[in-house]
Amino acid sequence: MAQPKQKDDRGDMLQGTLAMLVLRTLLLAPAHGHTIAYAIERTSEDILQVEHGSLYPALHRLEERGLIASFWGTSENNRKAKYYRITPAGRRHLARERSRWDQMVNAIARVLGPATE
Amino acid sequence: MSWLRYFRRTRRKEDFAVEIETYLQHEMDENIAHGMNPRDAAFAARRKFGNITRAKETAHRMNTIGFLETIGQDLRYAARLFRLEPGFFTVAILCLALGIGANTAIFHLLDAVRLRALPVTSAQELAEIQIAPGQKCCTGNFSSRRSNFTYALWDELRSRQQAFSSLFAWSEHRFNTAAGGEVRSVEGIYVSGDFFRTLGVNPALGRVFSIADDRPGCGAPGVVLGHSFWQREYGGQTSALGRKILLDGKPFEIVGVAQAGFFGVEVGRSFDVAVPVCAEPIVNGENSHTPKRHHWWLAVIGRLKPGWTLAQARAHVRAISPGLFAATLPPNFTPDTAKDYLGLKLTADPAASGVSDLREDYQGPLLILLGIAALVLAIACANLASLMLARASARERELAVRLAIGASRPRLMRQMLAESLLLAAIGAACGALFAQFLSGYLVRFLTTTDNPLYLDLGTDWRIFGFTAALAVLTCLLFGLMPALRATGANPGTLMKAGGRGLTGARERFGMRRILVVAQVALSLVLLVGALLFVRSLHKLLTLDAGFQESGVLVTEVNFSTLKYPPERWPEVQSEILRRVRLLPGVEQAAAAYVVPISGDLWNDRFQFVGGKPAGHFISNFSGVSPGYFRTLGTPLLAGRDFDERDATLKSPKVAIVNESFLKQFLNGASPMGTRIRIEAGPGEPEPVYEIVGVTKDAKYRRLSDPFSPTVFTAMAQDERPAPGAEIFTRSQVGLASQLAAIKREMAAVSPAMALNFYTLHSEIADSLLRQRLMATLSGFFGFLAALLASIGLYGVMAYIVAKRRSEIGIRMALGADRTNVLQLIGSECGKLLAAGLLLGIVLSLAASQAVAKLLYGLSPSDPLTIGLSALLLALVALPASLIPAIRASRLDPMNALREE
Repeated sequence: MAQPKQKDDRGDMLQGTLAMLVLRTLLLAPAHGHTIAYAIERTSEDILQVEHGSLYPALHRLEERGLIASFWGTSENNRKAKYYRITPAGRRHLARERSRWDQMVNAIARVLGPATE
Repeated sequence: MSWLRYFRRTRRKEDFAVEIETYLQHEMDENIAHGMNPRDAAFAARRKFGNITRAKETAHRMNTIGFLETIGQDLRYAARLFRLEPGFFTVAILCLALGIGANTAIFHLLDAVRLRALPVTSAQELAEIQIAPGQKCCTGNFSSRRSNFTYALWDELRSRQQAFSSLFAWSEHRFNTAAGGEVRSVEGIYVSGDFFRTLGVNPALGRVFSIADDRPGCGAPGVVLGHSFWQREYGGQTSALGRKILLDGKPFEIVGVAQAGFFGVEVGRSFDVAVPVCAEPIVNGENSHTPKRHHWWLAVIGRLKPGWTLAQARAHVRAISPGLFAATLPPNFTPDTAKDYLGLKLTADPAASGVSDLREDYQGPLLILLGIAALVLAIACANLASLMLARASARERELAVRLAIGASRPRLMRQMLAESLLLAAIGAACGALFAQFLSGYLVRFLTTTDNPLYLDLGTDWRIFGFTAALAVLTCLLFGLMPALRATGANPGTLMKAGGRGLTGARERFGMRRILVVAQVALSLVLLVGALLFVRSLHKLLTLDAGFQESGVLVTEVNFSTLKYPPERWPEVQSEILRRVRLLPGVEQAAAAYVVPISGDLWNDRFQFVGGKPAGHFISNFSGVSPGYFRTLGTPLLAGRDFDERDATLKSPKVAIVNESFLKQFLNGASPMGTRIRIEAGPGEPEPVYEIVGVTKDAKYRRLSDPFSPTVFTAMAQDERPAPGAEIFTRSQVGLASQLAAIKREMAAVSPAMALNFYTLHSEIADSLLRQRLMATLSGFFGFLAALLASIGLYGVMAYIVAKRRSEIGIRMALGADRTNVLQLIGSECGKLLAAGLLLGIVLSLAASQAVAKLLYGLSPSDPLTIGLSALLLALVALPASLIPAIRASRLDPMNALREE
């Protein structure tokens, strides 16, 4: 159904990666955008710097595709916030993407061979 | 899903804003917790988030459907522009509404007459069975619009055919429902038992006929009413069931009402009452068609058996034809006619859209009118295209700026096309309204009391599709070219050039010149067409028909329901005439069997007694009373009129012939004393007439027919008199009192006498309906076209003058006077006009051949007509274009130059 959107993230590695990271983060617990952004940064030990502004359209896209769902809740500092949680479809998608990612990383590692230094 | 999202986009946009706000708040909270002051915290939060607008835009693009979003914008923008230019808007909508409306209305009629399937079950399985064309068919008496079958032939066909699961015969008949006095006619049909079942038509009330109703000798088994007649005459009351209605003096019980919307099988006609075929003998009595094998009065339609194709059915009826015709040979046929009869073959034709005699009459004219309307629309489109071009060039700079700051060309074109589309849509909507009105008007125009036209003008998908297609087509026609041109220019050159040139660059209004030339040419074609139709109508109206129709009242008297024996009929006729002649104010009165120009026809074969000249001849005939020629104003050229000497069957039979008769058969020699013998079938009398007089030629059946040989016989000497006559009166008193006096006088003879009145003048006017229709409509369209072309010419001239303002200013500053300027602009305009007229003449010569058949007394390439049209168009167009020229000549050079 959401054809025009799939066009956006197909083949775009970073987009896909971001989606994967978001899904992985939501696997633990529902969260709102701010939490997700920081969670990704923190768990990657600040190596992956997500541009927070681009996170929100990505969240929308994932919601469109039914991989995550949203609900309104109250945040830890008492503000109205939109929370996201992963859907069963999202879990499946994550598992699929994850194995693809692993394959790719392995493949790239094999091509590059052991570190020459 | 995405559509759903589209409609929720506003809500989602708000949500998104809230989400971003939440983020910023959280970030700020944390920053403050880290010890920043609120101001810095807010800035830091924004920095951290990144580009808020971009995030919003990305989300917006996800939620919206680009095309929808922009077309909405474009339409709103266009509507705003139109509000700013109400003049342009009104002219454009008017042009389109007239053009589209005219096309739709005429297409609507064509659709109703030609294309629409009958409103019955599986109409495509219906086929009409008739005698295959191109054969020598048939001799006898023909008394209906589709006289394809005799009763005997129909009966045989019904019992022998295998191809149709059911079939029916029908015939139309106008019944008089009044007990006496003035006729109240209703449109009736005789239908065989299977009529309603075959068509799958159900009763709205009571029942419809079945086979059981249609048995020979059934008497008056009942009548089924048409739905609209029931509504009109009985107010749609169920109590109508069981009531009696008089049909030609015989009471029929109402047994049911046919379902709404069912008008029969003849397109353009509707029935008020339907009675079984078996009731015909009791209605027509002595003159019944049913027992007579040479009376053709029925038409037959059948429903194909499942699995049978039309081709198979056709082959089948052809194969069984010899048996059918052999079994039904009329006893009174001569060997010649019998041989022709026995060789006849039947065929089957598709009847899904019903049958119609209107088709032949009106299809040609309607197609021509559709062509004319299409040309008007084309001219209107050219006008609009020209206007749009002018607007586009006025907006050149705006478009250039938009192109320069990154608008894409398709985007701008879409926007300009949206304007055209909006115009076209509004124009089409107004046009559809106008079409409703116009098609209704056309049907009323074509309806006469004698010939009621019934057309189902319900709007169907075809009409809707046609109008929509027209709207899109016109939109493309007038919108695409300006849009392409306006956005095709290089913005750089445009911005540089803006308003700087002294003379408008020639090629920029070259296109508009071409459009104007085309408009002038096309409207000349329409004017020529209009003038041809108007002039041929005028010729018909003013020709010498050979009689003076004005002031003649025709009274149709019918005493068939009275119980006079046939041998007394001539006596009753002359008694009626005698009484009418004695009425106060009546100057002249006469009777006849045939009313001129009514379409009635009586012709017979005859030979000259003594065989000089030898051979068989055919002439028109009419039976008239003494005084007929004086009453109608047809001069007697030689010999005598009928008088008392010819007043009985026993007196020697005499005849009066017209000039054409002399010219065609006797080489102009004096006919006095020549005798002719009418040829009839065996067993019928073959009366011999002696010619005693010659009259001037008069038109017989149609005004547009040439004069034809006619033999007048004395009514009183007719071997086969009719129970009635047409009485012509010329009177000093007004029509109304004349009519009332005749009514009174006839009631005195017998209250059951059926009377019908009309004037000869209206009869003739009705006979020219088609010509009048063509003249009126083509005249209207021609005028419209000329007007549109003039507006177009005016527009272009005004535009040229505006563009060349500074040039004219300089010329005047350098010493050119008003006349020079007038000449300058005038010659420009003259060139356009001349080119248009020249092209138009060539086109007219080619196009007018298509209408040749509809003209009377004019060649389609009549030079006078073409010359007049060109002159007329020039007269209309020149003032329109002179206004800008005069305005230019009044230009104050100082002002014009200062504006630069």
